[in-house]
Amino acid sequence: MRKFAIIISILGLLFTVVPSFFVLYGRLSWDSHALCMAIGMVLWFVSAPFWMKAKSIQ
Amino acid sequence: MAHKNNISERLDALYEFDREPVAKSKLQKVSNFIGLYAGEHVAGTEFVIGPLFVAHGVTAPDLFLGLLVGNILAVLSWAIFTAPVAVKTRLTLYWQLKKVAGANTTIVYSIVNALAFCILAGAMIAVSSTAVGLSFNMTMPSLDDFYPNSVEWILVVFFVGLVVTALAILGFEKISHFAKICAPWMFLVFIASAVAVLPKLGCNSIGDFWRVANEKIWTGIPFEGQSKFTFWHVTFFAWFCNMSMHIGMSDMSILRYAKNWKYGFTSAFGMFLGHYIAWVASGILCAAALGDIAPGPIAYMGAGITGAITVIVTGWTTANPTLYRAGLALQVVTPNWKRWKVTLVAGLITTIAACFPGFIMKFLEFIAIQGLVMMPIGVIIITDFWILPKLGLKSYIVSYLKKDVSWAAIVTWVVSMALSLWFNMHFGVEIFFLGLPGILIALLLYVLLSAIMQKKYSRTNVVVK
Repeated sequence: MRKFAIIISILGLLFTVVPSFFVLYGRLSWDSHALCMAIGMVLWFVSAPFWMKAKSIQ
Repeated sequence: MAHKNNISERLDALYEFDREPVAKSKLQKVSNFIGLYAGEHVAGTEFVIGPLFVAHGVTAPDLFLGLLVGNILAVLSWAIFTAPVAVKTRLTLYWQLKKVAGANTTIVYSIVNALAFCILAGAMIAVSSTAVGLSFNMTMPSLDDFYPNSVEWILVVFFVGLVVTALAILGFEKISHFAKICAPWMFLVFIASAVAVLPKLGCNSIGDFWRVANEKIWTGIPFEGQSKFTFWHVTFFAWFCNMSMHIGMSDMSILRYAKNWKYGFTSAFGMFLGHYIAWVASGILCAAALGDIAPGPIAYMGAGITGAITVIVTGWTTANPTLYRAGLALQVVTPNWKRWKVTLVAGLITTIAACFPGFIMKFLEFIAIQGLVMMPIGVIIITDFWILPKLGLKSYIVSYLKKDVSWAAIVTWVVSMALSLWFNMHFGVEIFFLGLPGILIALLLYVLLSAIMQKKYSRTNVVVK
């Protein structure tokens, strides 16, 4: 379960950042990039709480 | 006196859990410090600072080189000043200051700190409000606005302030954990937003970037009515923007958990991810928005709805711990008040501060002033710990004599701030550069006054070894 959640989180981060470089090189529209970022955000927030520790230094 | 003792005892009770030096078994791995610094310094404030450099007409070489030098100096300050004292004493700033300067000095420090935290949290609520206001087509505050520019602005700020305060009262710990979850994603949102707007500036490949950076982003021409910033402004701002944390020593509360002083270098992850890459990214967004500096609209332009949500979340998650710290410090002067009531008052002060967009439009100046006010306390701690024994003077003289106040510390604090102000008003030295002379003044004053004070106690038959 933890491994699965980590994979989903990594996918979320890739969806967040990679499309912007396609926009830079003219291979993707800005609207599609914004949609990918929204998908990336959802993927990150549904998966990261399952594996990121709540413990703090203090 | 009884009243003073009560205040002192109440303050002690608040920080009771960290009265003892950190036990060896509680020391933390280096990776925890990397995560903490990276998370703490990629925050809502980064959406404000990057655009302000663009507004002040920094050139591209000055920005990139200035940030490099300034951030290296900031990391060295954490590693050379904060971390060694933190790992030797294993105490928080609060307990160390009490030993060095007495309970009453610590109380004054806590109150000043609380007010600074309220304004800082207010700036963050204002940042979130610029994103919430997008859906109402609200007129955004501009660079010249200090007072609220519309009734809508006040209503939105009060709504955001109310929600942030209510959530801080209901669950500070859960929001802190949520903030940690946000950090890696938030950093990538900064990068993605900036990269996606580069074509609007005429940049269609990474190879084009430096040309566009010079011609369209950091052009060297300040916006109308703004002063011109140089390499030195950028360097000193990057070095001193967290002065209250490193030279001001407030990060002793974190670094006391480090296994050795070298962990101070982990601050580099916060500096170079947050105070380098994120500042560059938000500067690009500002230029693409044709000089708009309101965080909400520029983030929306870069990342759509995700950008607007990021601004709301970053403002909220940064305001949350700041509000908590302000409440904790305010609790000193609010006898017998419940935690929720103190947070509510801190939230109210914070929300009123947030109504004034001047605090985000003049954010660079505010941060510089906050550092200047807090810095002398750190210098006093460092001097008392390292320098006084080397000069044959005694450290912790106030604790030794069982006094509640160190006049050497109070005079050092007030005079070094007053002299900094005098340099600013009389010689026109800009606020960003006052930290360096301020450090030297505080150091020399504290050594001199400590020597006089300890000589006086020796004469009055108090043995000072």
